[in-house]
Amino acid sequence: MGYPHTPHERETLVLSRYFGDAEARTVNGWKARGGYKALEQALATTPESIIAVLKESGLRGRGGAGFPTGLKWSFMKQGDGKPHYLCCNADESEPGTFKDREIMRWTPHALIEGCAIGAWAIGAETAYIYIRGEFTEPLAVMERAVEEAYAAGLIGPNAMGTGKRVDVHVHKGAGAYICGEETALMNSLEGKRGNPRIKPPFPAVAGVFGQPTTINNVETLAAVPHILNNGAEWYKAFCLSSPKSTGTKLWSVCGNVARPGNYEVVMGFPFKEFLYDLCGGPLPGRKFKAIIPGGSSVPIQNMEEAEATLMDYEGFIAQGSMVGSGGCIVIDDAQSIPKQVARLARFYAHESCAQCTQCREGTAWSTKILERIVAGNGTYEDFDTLLEIGENMTGKTICVLSDSCAVPVASGLAKFRSEFEALITKKSVHPVNATVTA
Amino acid sequence: MSHGPSASGGASIKAPPHGHDDTPWEPVFTGERRQRLDAMLTRYPTKQAALLPALWIVQEARGWVSDAGMAEVAEVLGITPAYVKGVVTFYTMYHQHPVGKHFIQVCTTTPCNVCGAEDVVAAFLKHTGCAELGATSGDGRFTVIEVECLGACGFATPVMINSEFLESVTPDSVPDILARLS
Amino acid sequence: MTAPPMVSLTIEGRPVTVPAGTSIIEAAKTVGVLIPHYCYHPALPVVGSCRMCLVEVEKAPKLAPACATAVAEGQVIHVHSEPPLEARKGVLEMLLINHPLDCPICDKSGECELQDYTFQEGRKDSRLRDPKRFVNPVEDFGGDVLYVPNRCILCSRCVRFMEDVADDAVLNVTERGDRAYIGKFEGKDLTHPWAGNVIDICPVGALLSKDFLNKSRSWEVDRNASICTGCSQGCNMSVETRDNMVVRLRPRPNTDVNQYFMCDHGRLDYRHLNRLDRLERPMIAGASGLEPADWDVAIARAAALLGEAPVHLVASANLSNESLWLLSRVVELRGGRRLVRIPQGPEAPLSGAPDLALRADRAANGYGADLLGYTRSDDPFSGLQSGDTLILADHELTADDLAAAAQAKTVIVLGTTLPEELANVAVALPITNHVEEEGTFTNLRGRVQRYLQARAAPALARPAWFTLADLLGALGEPVDFLLPAAVFDAMAAAQPAFAGLTYDGLGLRGAVVAGATAGAGA
Repeated sequence: MGYPHTPHERETLVLSRYFGDAEARTVNGWKARGGYKALEQALATTPESIIAVLKESGLRGRGGAGFPTGLKWSFMKQGDGKPHYLCCNADESEPGTFKDREIMRWTPHALIEGCAIGAWAIGAETAYIYIRGEFTEPLAVMERAVEEAYAAGLIGPNAMGTGKRVDVHVHKGAGAYICGEETALMNSLEGKRGNPRIKPPFPAVAGVFGQPTTINNVETLAAVPHILNNGAEWYKAFCLSSPKSTGTKLWSVCGNVARPGNYEVVMGFPFKEFLYDLCGGPLPGRKFKAIIPGGSSVPIQNMEEAEATLMDYEGFIAQGSMVGSGGCIVIDDAQSIPKQVARLARFYAHESCAQCTQCREGTAWSTKILERIVAGNGTYEDFDTLLEIGENMTGKTICVLSDSCAVPVASGLAKFRSEFEALITKKSVHPVNATVTA
Repeated sequence: MSHGPSASGGASIKAPPHGHDDTPWEPVFTGERRQRLDAMLTRYPTKQAALLPALWIVQEARGWVSDAGMAEVAEVLGITPAYVKGVVTFYTMYHQHPVGKHFIQVCTTTPCNVCGAEDVVAAFLKHTGCAELGATSGDGRFTVIEVECLGACGFATPVMINSEFLESVTPDSVPDILARLS
Repeated sequence: MTAPPMVSLTIEGRPVTVPAGTSIIEAAKTVGVLIPHYCYHPALPVVGSCRMCLVEVEKAPKLAPACATAVAEGQVIHVHSEPPLEARKGVLEMLLINHPLDCPICDKSGECELQDYTFQEGRKDSRLRDPKRFVNPVEDFGGDVLYVPNRCILCSRCVRFMEDVADDAVLNVTERGDRAYIGKFEGKDLTHPWAGNVIDICPVGALLSKDFLNKSRSWEVDRNASICTGCSQGCNMSVETRDNMVVRLRPRPNTDVNQYFMCDHGRLDYRHLNRLDRLERPMIAGASGLEPADWDVAIARAAALLGEAPVHLVASANLSNESLWLLSRVVELRGGRRLVRIPQGPEAPLSGAPDLALRADRAANGYGADLLGYTRSDDPFSGLQSGDTLILADHELTADDLAAAAQAKTVIVLGTTLPEELANVAVALPITNHVEEEGTFTNLRGRVQRYLQARAAPALARPAWFTLADLLGALGEPVDFLLPAAVFDAMAAAQPAFAGLTYDGLGLRGAVVAGATAGAGA
């Protein structure tokens, strides 16, 4: 198990403060660090007041879409006589993203506390934490923590002695990227194929088991206790740029970078300084070439765009990409963009659930074309075909997996076209097999 | 059913069609395993929701999920075996065929790929004696596959060996890793 | 229950008003606009996965799937504008890249929705420059069904039919991505009595009927509306003939009776309609047994025999209302008994459809026979006196029946075949089977439904009603029937059970007799 790096002085440690601190994993250790105070406080107040604090704090979903969390919780109709459910999306599977893994490994009780608060706020008695099956260690840590929390009476039929019922269950996935899509996760939880569902109905009306459901990302829920403990104003103050993006954000950094790992910075932090200062810049003798800043589904940035970015929801959009899940894939000048775009397409083709025609066929077809181009058998017509296939795969399917496959293809072709063209004219411009040692 | 050129069959297991095992089936859900499943069933409003957990129990007990295993799960949860099979084949972590004693999954998705994951795969193939991806080594000890993103991209290249999760594996560290395995 | 409020919108420039909650695809149908689709089927749960039915809704940010989008007040919908056309063209191209395009040897060719929509809206070429995906060519799904995975477009209609309508989830989608195919579990076949419907609802040639395999090109068959005689449900069907031979029976939608379905028992029970050992001309007993005779001679002989003794009539419950009524009149004229024996079999419901089953009564017109005064009996020859004249009207004789029938003084046969083992047949009159004539049946819920002629009758065979009209004339009761419509309308006037119905008024959905038991749409 790799320990996290020593925090950089320019990081703002909220969620990651206890990363690497083994004692924080135990219920007593967590309590000693201020844990479960927020839950106690939350159970003593009304759902409405919790939601009001969250709305005020500006917390937005950290899973990818950036939907305001308080608003999402307010969609749950209180007292409708139906069982409500909270799902925690711990299926972290967006390539480049590994922040939720660290939260679960080091601060499992922060997540349990967040889940319990969330469940109470939306009128649910049950919360499911859906963890991807490959996360064997986070699963074990979470399961142990849930057991401890039950044993300590923090959750269960009489949570913290309040007479309120809050059950938290860990559910293990079994290998499917698409189960990170909220409705696919619900189907998977119900024991079905992880096929995304058509919306409407939206989860707040008919979610898991056909009942009103709220689904939140691990990082979102883990932030909730901190916000309740310190207040909305405290959280809102974490903002260096757009007032619509508040708080701290955990960024996973990977690829060809000197110091990969998770970094927690305030929203709006300058991306250039982040990359060169916090993450240590490129590997010796290399230069950065491209960044996929928010997990593999967001557009590729060239360095000009990346270095001009302020790291928040609006800042990335302004520079041609998105925050996404906060998984920052760094690609240096030893790498071939066409090869990596082809590899991403293969990923999406492998993960397509097979429902929508454009996705099932389009992801696989794009992969065939891209791999042929990389093998040196491409034509200029292939570029047009790829872009048109991508157009047909965008905005036309049940979920956005299809769109996500088209994104790196389109942005790769737009921003690094010369590399693709070089493959057509059979000129190799890159030593593509540079081995990187950690 | 065997496949011809699929663009995306990279991580599939190559084995004879039909996951058949001719030995008589010993039920999985007896004793402690049945109790675990029963405990699991109390967590959900439907029986079917325990399908993924039930399949995990089968795989834990038998090393893979055979047709007979699927049939037993179907029986226990009151769904059809065809339904169970549709679900099993959706999720890549359920083995539909027997695999080597050490099932080695090497992440080769983009973040690891740019850090040299393909060389790690090659090293595993070379040192395990597995002829190709998805094939089990002659001594039955190893199966190596490429896997899509394991979610530990900052620790490239992550490798899963059965349920053990290794980080920052390099081609050079492969022989030592294999030497530790029984 | 109050009716839902109505919603008004515009589809392809046409004003539409439909109940709230109606999908765009169904609303479009009401004004004659067919929105191309694959995964959608009105009898199945909506999954919205083929993405073929994308339409443009003005002011909406994205194209909408017409199957999964409910109408809204004031919506303006374009089906054939540029954006949805381009989107559907894209879907069609994607569906075709891995499709084998083996239309020349595909049974579905000519009635394939992939062909049809590609013809209407598809690209003229393919941009695929890479190898197609290829999997095992054919798999036997059991029952009457073959699966050709290479042609499959993964619409999942078959999976949903088995799961949600038949309540027997034996099919699944196996694997994912472009490796996906329709799978089943080893040893669990498509043996459900209604499983054959997956062949009809498959929009392409992926699910084929073994029975129909390579039998005919779809454009070579003639299709006529008919009613299944396999049981008393009265499923609407289409009789398909090629060169005057029935080659396939398929369901015809009627949401009041059989939705879109028919069972395998009814579907596959057609070979008797093509029998070659038919009674082809009238026969009368002569010196050397039965000899051919002209119709008028044979009718006169029958009339003469009917004058001599009480009548014992054993009729098939697969005769039309018209024929049964005229037979009744013959019996009433001379006095006697009229009986039917309805073969029995196990009932097999289609659980996801309302009041739809393969019924235990394995004949189409038992209810009609009841209304017309026939007695149901397992032993329809009980009570037969040795002095009686026995009329066998299309009745299939068992060995026991033969012994009983031999006791009759004399036998008049109206039949499609001649009971050659029966020695005392005095007159044999050839009649048509139900696909060689038109007429009506009354199903178990009292729904009177028309069927049409699909095949030419052999030689001199005539519809039973026509022969009976002649016979009544010969018995001194002249009737003037030239068409079954006239017989039906006369019956409706004479028989209170059918009061108020007219042949023309039955249409293709049928109408329910007054006083019928509640059920299928009654």
